Amino acid sequence: MISDIKILYHQGKQYIKDLQNAEVPGIFRGRPVISLAPVDTNKLVELCPSHAISSEPVSIDLGKCLFCGECARVFPEKIIFTKDYKISANSRDDLIINEGVDTPIRLNPNLIRKEISKIFGSSLKLRQVSAGGDNSCEWELGATNNVNFDMERYGIEFVASPRHADAIVITGPITKNMAEPLQACYNAIPDPKIIILVGTDAISGGMFVDSPAIDRAFLDKYNIDLYIPGNPSHPLTIINGLLDLTSKKKQIKKNENF
Amino acid sequence: MNHIKIKNNEAIKLAEIPVINYSEFLNFNTALLSKEENHCVQYFGFRKNNLLRLICCMADDNQGIINISSSEISIDNNESYPSFSNIHLAFHCFEREIHENFGLNYTDHPWLKPLRFSFDRFNKNSTITNYPFRQIESEELHEVGVGPIHAGIIEPGHFRFICSGEQILHLEIQLGYQHRGIEKLMISKKKLIERNMLAESIAGDTVIGHSIAYANLWESLCDFKPSEDIQFARTIALEWERIANHTGDLSALCNDIAYQLGGSVFGRLRTPIINTFQMWCGNRLGKSAISPGVNNIPFTNTTAATFSKVMYAFQLDFMEMYDKMSSLPSILARLEKTGIVSKEQSTEIGMVGMSARASNNSRDIRKSHPHDLYHLFNHKPIIKRHGDVYSRTQIRKEEILQSLDYIRNFMDEIPSATEKNMDLNPPAPNMFSLSLVEGWRGEICHCAITDEKGELMLYKIKDPSLHNWLALTLAVRNNEISDFPVCNKSFNLSYCGHDL
Repeated sequence: MISDIKILYHQGKQYIKDLQNAEVPGIFRGRPVISLAPVDTNKLVELCPSHAISSEPVSIDLGKCLFCGECARVFPEKIIFTKDYKISANSRDDLIINEGVDTPIRLNPNLIRKEISKIFGSSLKLRQVSAGGDNSCEWELGATNNVNFDMERYGIEFVASPRHADAIVITGPITKNMAEPLQACYNAIPDPKIIILVGTDAISGGMFVDSPAIDRAFLDKYNIDLYIPGNPSHPLTIINGLLDLTSKKKQIKKNENF
Repeated sequence: MNHIKIKNNEAIKLAEIPVINYSEFLNFNTALLSKEENHCVQYFGFRKNNLLRLICCMADDNQGIINISSSEISIDNNESYPSFSNIHLAFHCFEREIHENFGLNYTDHPWLKPLRFSFDRFNKNSTITNYPFRQIESEELHEVGVGPIHAGIIEPGHFRFICSGEQILHLEIQLGYQHRGIEKLMISKKKLIERNMLAESIAGDTVIGHSIAYANLWESLCDFKPSEDIQFARTIALEWERIANHTGDLSALCNDIAYQLGGSVFGRLRTPIINTFQMWCGNRLGKSAISPGVNNIPFTNTTAATFSKVMYAFQLDFMEMYDKMSSLPSILARLEKTGIVSKEQSTEIGMVGMSARASNNSRDIRKSHPHDLYHLFNHKPIIKRHGDVYSRTQIRKEEILQSLDYIRNFMDEIPSATEKNMDLNPPAPNMFSLSLVEGWRGEICHCAITDEKGELMLYKIKDPSLHNWLALTLAVRNNEISDFPVCNKSFNLSYCGHDL
């Protein structure tokens, strides 16, 4: 018993107090900023392994970006990756960063379905499905539950059964072999339900987009409520994305208290 | 000569690999496996005109060499061949893959089941929904099906148990849900960086292991000798990945036996380790750290100071927690004598890596076929005798401490970064090369062949999980089904690494 308490004492305070303003240590490749500096755009576009960079105007699609940083290494005067980890969006187009733009990415409030904040504002249960995910996003989704990030403090947690879930969290490019189980899982979640894509592989297919072994037809059928980019997505990106999607209720609640 | 001997990361002309007739090929390779020091690291086939070329790579752990032999057979007229697996079960996964991809029939394969339902498989009627499970006809036994989607944040796979009451009699594991066609993409994507990104996503928990295998293999094909600072960074990164994953696994093991304190403490201890990866290379799991021909992550004195600080704090808290955990009878009761794999079984099925070493089977590439700077270590593999969940728990702790020691000693002399990176030549034409890396799970093997233009013609990937999934099915036999999660976690095998 005493040694248990000693262990607890030695851990100190492990939780990150303010998950919305915490800083990531060291190098972090978050939201990129593209300057207006003239560069060999063909070379820049050609450089990207996942075809995330386009020209005229030069832009990076965070839904395709693998955050490898190669473009910033070769063209440091053109592209820098900032430490801004709040890069989730609820519109696919908002993930495209144009040159000369340095504004934070925010969810478009008009696209958030009304029932989301109303029903899930203070409690959100997630069912995770890995459909060809490489286990890196899965690790980071798991990390949101550890004592450092402790996402459960917001009433957001992962559940075992889709019947207990409000949202499906998909990782991976969706393999042919997983297409059917994914659909079955989605069907088992009661309405209204949310679809969240985590990681570049899920959002755009990443490196696997033209593989004959994947089948992304599922995504064409439904409206995606939240895109959380990253390779893998950082726990802070995941948590802030989820909070932004459901935060409305919390504000309403505060007002009611007054 | 009916075979050629190569070293780890040694490229040879494809034409230097002797082609022998199938029965000699079978006898040679199965005879090799009857000696304990040998094991099969890769055995695969590819189409060559009307024939199927089979190449078998047998590693000799004592001499540090790999025996490569090959054969060419005709399969278009529905011929059948005797299997290697009937003589040594360790070949089963390789022969199942060859059968699945090319339709090669075997007369006596003991377990010719689908492996991963690859998109280009030979028999398209064999699908993931009609896998031929072993059936039972007893009214006293029952089946339990679990998955493909499991009750947690993990990858998909289907487990089918045959139970007598609470007791597991038989487990069959069906995989393939994660198949992304990565081996084919390695060929169709032509740019180095594209292949680099693919290699990193073979298994996202073994980013460093697989990207080192890819980088070393590619450099051998291009006849590039990496400088010491490149090898230094790779070696440290590989050991660091081992520490991170072993710690995470200890946390998961504690959670599976409902020991919350251990689950939380080991879970949080993984955080500073992977955050140090973040500081060093910009990604918590080490993505974009390793590339062929360059050192993206120079290890400086400042990096060393960060590492020292993190290691010091880590080790104190880690040991305190581990000592506490291993002193609790209620913990030991769950771990000891649970999920046993005997040494005989581990040799029979060709287990590799940490799980094999927990079954008293000394397989460790760092010792037997050292790559990068491992030849400087005089590495002593840590061996456990019992092969139970507790052995696989202990070995993680001891390997963590060993890796910490290695990194500490290693940091005494940090090689200075090379001034200018040398350009990589294109790969030579008609070459064969093979790269072995001891990742945290075990032996990773990448293998490549180039065509007459020096383009990649074939890229074969093997994650240690390919061998070790069968070990899990043996481990749980006669255990209670409630012990399955902790058995599964004690191996922590990769689904995507298996399914590719």
